[in-house]
Amino acid sequence: MTEYLVCNEADIAEGRRKVVQCGHREIGIFRIKGQLHAWHNSCPHRQGPICQGHIYPRVVEPVDKQGQVRLLQYDEADQHLVCPWHGYEFNLETGRCNGTDRLKLFPAKITVRDGALYVLL
Amino acid sequence: MDAINPTRAVELPVQEIDVHTDTRDILAHANTGARKRGFQDWLICDVDAHHVETVSWHELVEYIEDPVIRHQAMLFHKEKLGGASYGLNGDMGLKYQDVGGRIPHQASLREKTEPGVHRDVTLTRRAMQSLGVDYMVLFPTPMLTLGLHPQPEMEVFLGRAYNRWLIDKVLSVDSRIKTLAYLPFNVPAEAERTIGEFSDKPGVIGFCVPSTRHKPIHHNDYMRSYAMLEERGLPIAFHAAYHWQDQSLATINRFLGMHALGFVWCNMVHMTNWILNGIPERFPKLKSIWVESGLAWIPFLMQRLDDQYLMRPSEAPQLKKLPSEYMRENCWYTTQPMETTNMKALQLTLEMINAETQLLFASDWPHFDFDLPQEIYDLPFLTEEAKRNILGLNAARLFNLDPKPVKVL
Ligand code: FES
Repeated sequence: MTEYLVCNEADIAEGRRKVVQCGHREIGIFRIKGQLHAWHNSCPHRQGPICQGHIYPRVVEPVDKQGQVRLLQYDEADQHLVCPWHGYEFNLETGRCNGTDRLKLFPAKITVRDGALYVLL
Repeated sequence: MDAINPTRAVELPVQEIDVHTDTRDILAHANTGARKRGFQDWLICDVDAHHVETVSWHELVEYIEDPVIRHQAMLFHKEKLGGASYGLNGDMGLKYQDVGGRIPHQASLREKTEPGVHRDVTLTRRAMQSLGVDYMVLFPTPMLTLGLHPQPEMEVFLGRAYNRWLIDKVLSVDSRIKTLAYLPFNVPAEAERTIGEFSDKPGVIGFCVPSTRHKPIHHNDYMRSYAMLEERGLPIAFHAAYHWQDQSLATINRFLGMHALGFVWCNMVHMTNWILNGIPERFPKLKSIWVESGLAWIPFLMQRLDDQYLMRPSEAPQLKKLPSEYMRENCWYTTQPMETTNMKALQLTLEMINAETQLLFASDWPHFDFDLPQEIYDLPFLTEEAKRNILGLNAARLFNLDPKPVKVL
């Protein structure tokens, strides 16, 4: 296993990211709700640069008691990483694909030591 | 593990892709994939890619033949505020393809381009390089609904201006960029004139009828155009699109639904008319290409038409075989957007359309549902020969292109 030094852990602010090359692999590290999450920059759809995509909250459509709908809303608690190639959306914390359980982001191992952030591959 | 002097990760220059990102950065993974699969030695023809011609509309209108309309158009672009393109109809702001900004390359490509080279040449070259493509066939984008223009003569003015502009600014500059020239089909005499005039122009390898239109393509008025194309050995492409004015789709409120059906429906209607009116019997050497409707619709239509035809052959008296046989032998199809969530269905589809000879790879870059050549390469059920045919050799035969790869990956 190789350990790659990325940056100081504190350098990744809430809602921000670092996408890095570690050897021939690319890893994206994101901070969401205070926690760091790391994913391979290879979309399970067609290997697109998922970690370089925009972040959007999940879109929901509340249904009232009569079964009617009126407005769309963002669910700020459920942040999605959107693949810039074709728009597949993945939960940033779990890697789950919005729409199917058949696809999931590939997780990468990270560790923090003495305030420094490392990717372990 | 060396804690004192650890291996350093390298920050990628592009952290987040946006509308200013270079095509080569957006498609960097595609390029890696192309190299990994050895595409250097594969002929890859991309039979459907796009540029946004309206970015250059102020230039294009200078190619309008009619001096009065040309003058008006040039003044319009010089003096009017706002982003409209002179004379162009269409869905205006109903263009939600980029999924609310989630897919930046669909929203726009605002990257820096090279001075002295036309923007569309640079962007097309970058896409070809990234995808590993030898030849790219360029189609317009907003003009794909020009067939619905309330002024038929405007389709003629703009369609012909587009052809002249594209040849002058793009096709003459790079022989790897090709086009199926715009046919102003609502005025049949002008379609004939266009075939006569543009057939042997640089980069023109056939002609395109944008499929969103209400004139029936089996009308007697078009027979001369078909005869001219058949005689010249040039294919005719029906390029699909959607439009919100289509009454048959009027209840659809989500772009997803409009896109899913609109891009297929127009070609299903034309194909039904094409076959049942015996156009392949009348012009057996005329090659028709059905572009950007995906593939899943074809097995449905084959079965549906075959079934109905056998019960009512008197209504299609020109047919000498089943509709599906014409669809498999006389028609070619572009791959994109290739439906892949059910691989068994895709495999059956490719068998039914005789993909080994009839299927042509298309990326549709830079649209949100673009495909990569590697999707064909990675299909588990095709032979290498079939993959090579689909990715390039079928197109080389159809368009008379040199089958030797010319790209440098
Ligand atoms: S590669 Fe990510 S959505 Fe297609």
